Parts: sequence; structure tokens; C-alpha cells
Amino acid sequence: MEKAVLLEISNLTVTVDGREILHSLNLAVNPGETAVIFGPNGGGKTTLLMTIMGFPRYRVTGGSITFKGQDITNMPVDERARLGIGISFQRPPVVRGVKMHDMVLACLRRDDKEAEELVTALAEKSHMTNFLGRNINAGFSGGETKRSEMLQLLAQGPDLALLDEPESGVDLENISLIGQLINEVLGKTHPIRERSRSGLIISHTGHILDYVNARTGYVLCGGQIICDGDPHDMLNTIKAKGYQECVVCLKK
Amino acid sequence: MLEEVRKRQEQALAARDKKAAVGDDVDLSKFESHVTQAPQNVATGAIPADVRQSVLSTGVMLDDLSQRSGTFVQIDNQPMHMAVAQDGIEVMATSEALAKYDWVKDYLWKAVKVDTDKFTAHTEINQADGYFMRALPGVKTTYPVQACLYMSRARAIQDIHNIVIAEEGSELHIITGCSSSGHEPGVHLGVSEFFIKKGAKVTFTMIHSWAPDVEVRPRTTAIIEQDGLFMSNFVIMRPVHSMQSNPTAYCMGENATARFNSVIVATLGSKIDVGSRAILSAKGAKTEMIARTISAGGEIISRGYIEASELETKGHLECRGLILGEHGSIHAIPEIKGNRAGVDLSHEAAVGKIAEEEVEYLMARGLTRDESTAAIIRGFLKVDIQGLPPMLNAEMQRAVKQSEADLF
Repeated sequence: MEKAVLLEISNLTVTVDGREILHSLNLAVNPGETAVIFGPNGGGKTTLLMTIMGFPRYRVTGGSITFKGQDITNMPVDERARLGIGISFQRPPVVRGVKMHDMVLACLRRDDKEAEELVTALAEKSHMTNFLGRNINAGFSGGETKRSEMLQLLAQGPDLALLDEPESGVDLENISLIGQLINEVLGKTHPIRERSRSGLIISHTGHILDYVNARTGYVLCGGQIICDGDPHDMLNTIKAKGYQECVVCLKK
Repeated sequence: MLEEVRKRQEQALAARDKKAAVGDDVDLSKFESHVTQAPQNVATGAIPADVRQSVLSTGVMLDDLSQRSGTFVQIDNQPMHMAVAQDGIEVMATSEALAKYDWVKDYLWKAVKVDTDKFTAHTEINQADGYFMRALPGVKTTYPVQACLYMSRARAIQDIHNIVIAEEGSELHIITGCSSSGHEPGVHLGVSEFFIKKGAKVTFTMIHSWAPDVEVRPRTTAIIEQDGLFMSNFVIMRPVHSMQSNPTAYCMGENATARFNSVIVATLGSKIDVGSRAILSAKGAKTEMIARTISAGGEIISRGYIEASELETKGHLECRGLILGEHGSIHAIPEIKGNRAGVDLSHEAAVGKIAEEEVEYLMARGLTRDESTAAIIRGFLKVDIQGLPPMLNAEMQRAVKQSEADLF
């Protein structure tokens, strides 16, 4: 028997600052599934993730988003987070005066004795121990920002992780660590049968596929999903012929 | 000597109606002036329990003196308790110091001018008492010295005159808590004169906790000699009717340094006009002023003034303000004046609102809108004070936290 769909997006139309970016987009994510979204700049990839998370700037003008069987199209960001959606930002804001430690603690949403120990353990795992006392994102390098984002997601433990270009700005040394952390967030350390956590990963370069196993690939172009398939095959085509090929392919 | 006293009284009388240079006027005739009473020295345990409890939020601990190098308590116009717990540190009433040492009179009204305005004049006419604190040469306070200035009477004027002397190479850390009972209205007038000798260091952390109908007019000046440091940390987060203060640091010796940190929250009905002034008149003199202001419906004027007239002087002034809600105003007035080549002065000021992007970032981690906003405001007020001893920093954060609990 097929498991119930975790996330279902139907005919989603989204405008940002009065401009329509996504046009009647459809997408479904199953429990335990990790999908990678490719696409040219400006195609709407980030808009899609931000809309799923529920940021008010991304205005849904048509269609619906269903998560765990519940219509969340008009649900506020924080309620979606508590329902099990998490996001790692490409360029998160600096929040002066809010310490990394307090942020991780807040993500855990518990304040028992073990919470402190968990913060310490997760920070160690993300190589962020020395950052716990720092203002969040203040003066963080590209790699540090990504590790900080993954650390917060680890603490949050979402059922659906939205990862916006997790490898951008990360040097080679750090990329395998980021890969490991993503696998942990997605519960890939568990056997496939028990796996229930899902992920939607935006990747520009596809580098992350060397570290994270994804079953499904999508191409998002011009505000619509125009192709799906094996992400490795897709990447090879895109590398060889560019996104132009996707557009041509679509016309056939 | 007598001649000098007489002349000072004349000056004070002549200035008794002189309005302050800035800030709202206060009609002192509408309040009761009480004569200054001779100091008593009762045990801290004899100070009313509700007073001991209420001054806790201003960093003053009267039930446990183990973490204090000295304590001074004045209620209305009478010093009530003075004690020292460390050799080389002196804490007494100003009147006692004047009687004990012949030379103390040479410090009286030397940093603050007696005829500055009607408020300084009133303290002189009323022969105000207050605290005298002194660190002998080379002596460093193990724990901070605390002073409690408390107003208990309604419709009364409290007059205070403090003198602080840090002798050569000494280090003096002071916490002053200023507060009042619920009996209002009232006026607090406080003259504080700081003398920081060669290589000495004074940190002065002042936490105000007044009531919605109290008028507050402190007059503070510090004179800093070569390699000396004066650090003022000023906190007001509770309601007050009006507060106006513009403490001045004269960096007179080479490499003298003055730092001012202010944390100001003005709730609806409060008018707070607070600034810092530094006059850099010696080579290498430095100043840094940081103000964090929040208007939660109240009116704030945040002033800053730096004047430099010697080589290698350096000054920076930073004022950041947040206006919460629909009402309230923040007026930042940063001023810098260089009088010759070779000075290095700068300022930055910003008044705005909480960045929505930051609120949403925290919300995406599951915090509610209110939780996110509170976390950002707490962070905004958390000034990382450079050079403040960790214990004093912890005290200050504790006091800020306590005041905050009432706010949000």
C-alpha cells in the first residue's frame, strides 16, 4: 500500500511584489523521499521553498499547499514550522544580540536538563562549538552560515526540510560535512523502510548529489516544473547542454 | 575659605531660577524642599524590607553584602548607612568627608559648576549630602561599591551631592541604584563629581527605576587625568515623568579615556532626554559613546557631543533607536567638533523598527511572533560592554532582565 503523500502542491500560483513567479505549479513529496530541484536563476526555485515555508512576501494567488493532509496555504510561518516544516536559508539575516546557543535551544523547543546537553552535542557534530556564544550569522563565512543553518535544522528535526542551495559558498573541505549533516537531517542514517523524513533541495551545481542520495529530480523553469526524472541523468544533460535543452525538450 | 563658601552661596542664589540649557523646565516651587539631615548609620537590616526588596532591581543588594566592597544608602535627604569592606577604599557621607579631611572642599563644585542651572543651585542652597567614595593610590576594588539613592516622600525634592575620587593607579567600580517608592510625584536632583587621577579607572554603573510622576535631573561631570579611564553605564527602563541628563567627561590628561554606554527605554508618558559629552583636550585622549534606545510610546532625545582639540584624539558616537508600536519618538542628536588637524571623530545614528526579515527568520524556527520580537528586543538592548568586569556585566544584565520582565 502506498504511504500518504507528505506534501502536495496543486496549481500553485505565486506573486512576489506584484509579479507572478510561479504559474499553476504541481508537485508532490512522499514521506522519506528526497528530491532535488534544478533550474536556471530566476526560474522560481527559491520562491517555491519560501512559499512552502509560508513567508508573507510570497503571495499565493491560486492553488493550494497540503502538508500531512492539512491545508496549510494560509497558515503562518511559525505554525508551519511547529507542524514539521524546516528551511535552511541561502542568505539568512544577522540577528544582533541573539546568540547561536539560544537559537539552537529555541529550535529544540524544550528546556529540560537534556536540552543543554543536546545543544552541546549537536554543535560538536556541526563543528559549531566555538560559535555558540556568537551573535547569529554575524561575520559568518559561507561555510559557517551553512553549518549554522544545518545545526538549527538538526535541533528542529523537521519532517520536511527545505534546503536552498546548501552547497553554495562552501569550500571543498566543508562540503562533505554539509552532506553528512543533510543526511542526518533527512534521517538517511536510518534504514530505508523506516525512513519518513523528506527533503526538497535546490541545487545549482548538483555537487551535493555526490554526498546526498536523492531519488527524484525536477527542473523548475519559467515558474513551472517542466521535467522530472533521475537527478543524475538530468544533471548530466544540463551539464552538457544547459537549461536551453530542457526548454527545447519540452517543445518536442 | 569662608569667603569662598559665601561666594558660592551667592552664585547659587543668583541661579535659583535659571532654567537648564536643555530639557523641560520643572517648577521646583510646586514641590517641598526638605533640609538635609545629619547622617545616621543604621544596619542595612534596619532599612525597611520593602525598600531593600525594591532596590534589588537597580543592582543594589542590601541583604547580602558579601559581594560588595562598600555600601552607601541615602533615603530622601539623609544618609542612612555607610560601610566599607576593603582596606584602601573609603565610603562615607560627603558631609562626613568634608569634616574629616580639610582638602575635600577643594573638590566640591570643581567639576560641576554650582550655577549651571536651578537644579545645581538647589542642591547647594539646600547643602545637599550624598556619598563620598575614594580609592587610595594603587588600590583596586575586589567587589563593586554600591550606592542606593532612594526617595520615599511624596511631592518632595531629593538633593544629592556625590564626590568620587580615584587616586593614582587605583580602580573603583561603582553601582548606583536610583529609585523611589510609589509615593509621587517627586524631584530627584543629583550632582556627581568624579576625579580620576593618573592611571586610575572608574566604572560607574547607574540603574534608574523611578515612577511615572517623578522628575529626574542628574548633573554629572568627570575630570580624567593622564591614562585614566571613566566608564559610565546608564540604564533606565522603567517609567519616569521626565529625565534630563547630559554627563560630561573632560579628558584632560594624555590618553585619558571616557566611555559611555546607555540603555534607555521610554514607555508611554515618559520623556527622557539623555546624552553624553566628552571634551578631548589632551594628546591621545579617546571616547566612545554607545546608546541603545527604545521608545515603547515615550519620547526620547538621545544626545551626543564630542569635541577634540589635540593631536591623536579619537572619538566615536553610536546611537541606535527602535520605535515600537504606533506612538513614540526618538530624536538622535549626534554632534562632533574637531578644532584642529589630527583629530579622528565619527558618529553613526539610526532610528528604525524591528526588521521583519529577522522576525520571520526566528518564526521559521518555530518561535511565535511575540517570542521572536521579544528575543530581538532583548538582543538589541544587550550592549556588550568592553572592559566592564564580568561580574559587573552580569549584574547589569540581571538588572536589565528584571526591568525587561515588566516591559514585555
